[in-house]
Amino acid sequence: MAKNKKNVLSIANLSIGYGSKTVANNINFDLEAGMLCGVVGINGIGKSTLLRTLGGFQPKLYGDILLHGEPLEKYTSTTLSKELSVVLTEQPASKNLTVQELIALGRQPYTNWLGTLTKEDKQQIQASLDAFLLNELRNNKCHELSDGQLQRVLVARAMAQDTSLILLDEPTTHLDLYHKVQILKMLRELAHDKQKTILFTTHEIELAIQLCDRILILDGKDHPFGDPCQLIEQNHFDRLFPSEMVQFDGKTGSFKVNK
Amino acid sequence: MYVSKTYRISFMFLVLALLCSWFLNISSGSVSIPFTEMLSILFGETPEITSWKYIIWDYRIPKAFTSILVGGGLSLSGLLMQTLFRNPLAGPFVLGISSGASLGAALLLMGVSLLAGYSSFTFLGDVSLAIAASIGSFLVLLIVMIVAQRVKDTMALLIIGLMFGSITSALVSVLAYFSSAEDLQRFIFWSFGSVGNLSTNQLLLLGSIVTVGVLLSIISIKSLNAFLLGENYAQSLGVSLKKSRLMIIIATGLLAGGITAFAGPIAFVGLAVPHLTRQIFDTMEHKVLIPTVMLYGAILMLLCDTLAQLPNSASVLPINAITSLVGAPVVIWLLVRKRKMMF
Repeated sequence: MAKNKKNVLSIANLSIGYGSKTVANNINFDLEAGMLCGVVGINGIGKSTLLRTLGGFQPKLYGDILLHGEPLEKYTSTTLSKELSVVLTEQPASKNLTVQELIALGRQPYTNWLGTLTKEDKQQIQASLDAFLLNELRNNKCHELSDGQLQRVLVARAMAQDTSLILLDEPTTHLDLYHKVQILKMLRELAHDKQKTILFTTHEIELAIQLCDRILILDGKDHPFGDPCQLIEQNHFDRLFPSEMVQFDGKTGSFKVNK
Repeated sequence: MYVSKTYRISFMFLVLALLCSWFLNISSGSVSIPFTEMLSILFGETPEITSWKYIIWDYRIPKAFTSILVGGGLSLSGLLMQTLFRNPLAGPFVLGISSGASLGAALLLMGVSLLAGYSSFTFLGDVSLAIAASIGSFLVLLIVMIVAQRVKDTMALLIIGLMFGSITSALVSVLAYFSSAEDLQRFIFWSFGSVGNLSTNQLLLLGSIVTVGVLLSIISIKSLNAFLLGENYAQSLGVSLKKSRLMIIIATGLLAGGITAFAGPIAFVGLAVPHLTRQIFDTMEHKVLIPTVMLYGAILMLLCDTLAQLPNSASVLPINAITSLVGAPVVIWLLVRKRKMMF
């Protein structure tokens, strides 16, 4: 058990799905503090389902999800909110919130019954604003922001929640290449500097290979997990897409279209 | 939540406006009472014409307090619904809550005597009217809530609310067709809406219902703020969805149902006031919004009631008509000006 102590998140033999419909079976991986991990796989393979299961939004079918060595189900919603934060694909319900108001909502698990912000809360909010370059936008309403800015605000909110684990569902969709790289680099910094464990789903496999510490490939069978270079050496990316359409080039870490 | 500005001055101004409209409300009516006389009556002196004292103390002041309770409570219920349903067009009237209350009231006022064969209203009393209307609004609110769980589309939800309105008004028509003229008249007067004619006991009952509704809303402030992000985010922030949703629904049902029971279905206050409030108090923080929305609603209701009470004439216009005449253009104006209504 000494080895497991370092693990923030340990997944063993996990099956996910909805009721009688199993989406993915036998998922195994461990994540330590300070690791940035990307989850890749084709559409419909269960990336979002995995994230929803890990986030406690839907029950697992089988297996173990250990957060700091404790089963996820044992956490109450209050204690879980201090250990796990999420960035979902859904937009915030009210876009009339200002950037600062939205980020401040991340401090809810720590505030009193009226939601009064203490000095420490305000420092955390400021730190999140700084880390995601949002200082100048702090009083802007969310409906005034571009997609890239809004995504930064949502990640900053998760950072303000100050949890050891952050789950993000497709944080790079709808963004151009520059903003994709920007978000992922910011996540990498957050993971390495603040020792947060960050797990995100993405379709940007080439960027994930360059920036992630670990990658989990959902392929419907073995779900290989490991260091990106290691996965390339073991030719796991080659099998991701049908080879007559797209081929993976291990030397450059990129995909080529077969014409 | 982070409130960027302090709204102390605007808030003081609102309180002042409430006092002014309260004075305006009690100084206008079918009998014209000079301002100085009115002040002395308020300070407990007996004027030359003793009936003035009764008019002020027994009629106008209870009516003004009813207006405050009705306006404040309906506006608060509108705010709660807009946050809970994540829908800027939600309100007690739009979602069919008022129609539910109408059906409850109609069943009591017309249905019971129809079934039992005698006019039962005097026998049943006013408390039963409040209970019937509240049950009606609670039922509709619960059904809308269940539908809202399945239908994520906000437009669909509004249309369902409108359909409920049609169904209830159809049922009311059927009841009306078979009931006696006397019962029908009673129901129609109730549906005009009125903030006058409440006895002290009724006022106390209404006051307690509104107080409970307000207290439940205050307890829910934190979860209301979290709901602004959506339910999944709220859950991830440690909000117990079932518990807080139930609490907000009970608060809404008590406020909208209880008020509709006593004052009749009053349109547009619940929908329009939260949007009007945000014109000045441009924040989503419910800690700020709850008191200001209530103040705004109370002021609007006092002014509408003053308008309904045509100066120096004995006739009183139906308050429901006045709030619609004021409220509907406001909603249209907001939509046209901002293009998109947001909450």
